[in-house]
Amino acid sequence: MQVPILKQGGVLIATIQAALSDADLLELRTALVQQVVRYRSSGVIVDVTAMDVMDSFASRTLLEISRMIRLRGAATVIVGIQPEVAFAMVQLGLTLEDIPTALDLEEGLAYLQQKARSIN
Amino acid sequence: MALRAGFSMSEATLIATAISELARNIVSYANQGSVTLRPVHGSNGTTGLTIVASDSGPGITDLTLALRDGYSSSGGLGLGLPGVRRLMDEFDIVSSSGSGTTVTVTKWLP
Repeated sequence: MQVPILKQGGVLIATIQAALSDADLLELRTALVQQVVRYRSSGVIVDVTAMDVMDSFASRTLLEISRMIRLRGAATVIVGIQPEVAFAMVQLGLTLEDIPTALDLEEGLAYLQQKARSIN
Repeated sequence: MALRAGFSMSEATLIATAISELARNIVSYANQGSVTLRPVHGSNGTTGLTIVASDSGPGITDLTLALRDGYSSSGGLGLGLPGVRRLMDEFDIVSSSGSGTTVTVTKWLP
């Protein structure tokens, strides 16, 4: 299942709509990195509201996405981690430490805008 | 199934995450195996859910090392087995080099 990526100004928004296979996650990683380059985006939001399980592979792939995008000079925000998922992630030992997270899409956009303002 | 057994959404997510990790271990180390779920009844009237993840892969040579946080022989995060142990109430692993691995975990209803 492919993840749609929307372009909103300088920000790319990837909304995960269902449980993803490992291959889907890797495909998302490739697509996001390519599009950040193509559109010269300054920020990426990955919306994981619809994910009801976040295992170690999904976490690692999100971390990789964020690091690759940072090397490109853009910021990544993960939004919409469900409370149950957050609970399970912490128990499992996953923290996504390096990646900023936000409550929802709106907060994620606000975070990126604030970050862009502080640079200018 | 966890929800039907009476677990809360939060506990069901813990169980689903544990199953995902166990299944991932089978796929990445042994290629094939099985994951079985079954309801269990404890001696003191408690009920719960037991998951048995079994494979006939290469087995684990050093269990202590495999259960240590951050250790991985496959380039992963190394959180699989120690993480699953934290997610569940009971954790048992039987493995020997060459004869596969069986992980049995149980979550009890509070």
